[in-house]
Amino acid sequence: MKAMVYRGPYKIRVEEKPMPRIEHPNDAIVRVTTAAICGSDLHLYHGLMPDTRIGHTFGHEFIGVVEEVGPSVQNIKRGDRVMVPFNVYCGSCYFCARGLFSNCHNVNPNATAVGAIYGYSHTTGGYDGGQAEFVRVPFADVGPAIIPDWMDSEDAVLLTDALATGYFGAQLGSITEGDTVVVFGAGPVGLYAAKSAWLMGAGRVIVIDHLEYRLEKARTFAQAETFNFAEYDDIVVEMKRTTDFLGADVAIDAVGAEADGNFLQQVTGTKLKLQGGSPVALNWAIDSVRKGGTVSVVGAYGPIFSAVKFGDALNKGLTLRMNQTPVKRQWPRLFEHIQNGYLKPNDIVTHRIPLADIAEGYHMFSAKLDNCIKPLIIANPS
Amino acid sequence: MAASGPQTPYVANKPKDIPTAEALRARIPGWGVDLDRKDRPSYPREVYDPGSTGAHWDYPEEQPGREGRERSIEHGRLTPVFGTSSPLHGVSGSIRRYAYRYGEGRAAHWLLLLLGDRVDAWGAHAVSFVRLRPDNPITETGVLSEGRRHGVASRFGRKRVDVNHQWIDPIVVAGPWVAAAAGAVLGVRAIVRRGRR
Ligand SMILES: [Zn+2]
Ligand SMILES: [Zn+2]
Repeated sequence: MKAMVYRGPYKIRVEEKPMPRIEHPNDAIVRVTTAAICGSDLHLYHGLMPDTRIGHTFGHEFIGVVEEVGPSVQNIKRGDRVMVPFNVYCGSCYFCARGLFSNCHNVNPNATAVGAIYGYSHTTGGYDGGQAEFVRVPFADVGPAIIPDWMDSEDAVLLTDALATGYFGAQLGSITEGDTVVVFGAGPVGLYAAKSAWLMGAGRVIVIDHLEYRLEKARTFAQAETFNFAEYDDIVVEMKRTTDFLGADVAIDAVGAEADGNFLQQVTGTKLKLQGGSPVALNWAIDSVRKGGTVSVVGAYGPIFSAVKFGDALNKGLTLRMNQTPVKRQWPRLFEHIQNGYLKPNDIVTHRIPLADIAEGYHMFSAKLDNCIKPLIIANPS
Repeated sequence: MAASGPQTPYVANKPKDIPTAEALRARIPGWGVDLDRKDRPSYPREVYDPGSTGAHWDYPEEQPGREGRERSIEHGRLTPVFGTSSPLHGVSGSIRRYAYRYGEGRAAHWLLLLLGDRVDAWGAHAVSFVRLRPDNPITETGVLSEGRRHGVASRFGRKRVDVNHQWIDPIVVAGPWVAAAAGAVLGVRAIVRRGRR
């Protein structure tokens, strides 16, 4: 089968790989129809996530058709159209039993501090991802869900991470009626977080980014006020000014570390202040929120230490909430919101790219060419 | 808002200048449908409900092929299920196996893994020339999309922070290739000279 394969920093290609096999009785093999490239894939692409091995196939956002199931699989069968949450999890360990699906202890031997994720290096378990024609799906009775007939398949692929994570980011903000919510990052997760903040009763939603076309999307898709931080000397002071020097009630970091650059760019960003790299967004969130406010973090951060302004968080009495999203917990509610017309996930899709052209897709997404917001990968035309 | 005298946050009350719930609902379909924090899917955060996940086992069957699989020393045992993407091999494999002697709280663990990654990449790059399929820096970096996806227009005429470091990007990308080529030329010249003596 054909699969995207990592060849080193900034280098990927499509290779012929052996078909994935049933390795465990509760595995399924899924024929991928649509996958997506995610902002957090760029951490891998840039070579910044430890234990990203040559030959690894990325892709934690995908949907497809069940091709084969292991002997103990009961809940799905060959031919079912399924959506698969980005988390690999067992459903029965201490953490899964408490709903912490993203923190499962039974699927990632390489680390205990992070759960398992498809196509996200060996630090998250060494599972191949869905930017391929076929993928192994462990615990097929637990993770995947059959895609409802009424659901658009592009909406389904966006539910496997981006939308669920944006909604989760707003949830972690503990928004109450009338709150001012500021979202850092107008990528897919930030756009969905801003949209979700309204559903939870925000009175004012502000989105901050540096790319005008993404801010335009924040205005039209998420009905948010927008600020382009490149146009301000000090975006934190600007946030104070626009909130009567109180600060926002809730700040959501939908950027994460290092989304835009490589190590060198981190030096230029954090040392020379030439750009907004590394944990800058998180520090802006800590600085922009009011005293006693809540900072929600759903941007991706790796295991390597980052310089977070913890003293300010302490002195301001902030609540910091964060996790990888337990995707499947969000689905029933999000299905309702989509059916009611409150959310239209695929409004943010900008590109649909055949698997064969995925190297160009990564470059385009990484370099933010062609007003790219969310690229989908067409693996097997359905 | 009263113009004179101190205002929030110097006094207690925040002026209510946000739109009414009705106005918000009219402008934003679904505004406030998840207003009740107790009714949001992740509240409360941890509910003990093992029957709800679809798992029909207390402890999953163990995946075969466990021998020699690396694991964090913070795990009491190898997990019953694991990925099989790229097993340890060669020099990078030794570095990585060594890294797994350190706990996850130690910088040494992660930095050694990153070193293993670089060695893995260099090794795979060298091997790609020996095997039938050499790495192709044009197709594999996707730079052709600069021409096909408005590469120039996407960078200029707008306030983009990454324009600041664009001048150095070609040096970073092409630099190692140029340095390697120069090194190869010098090496060949040295050998040729030695041969002439
Ligand atoms: Zn993702
Ligand atoms: Zn588990």
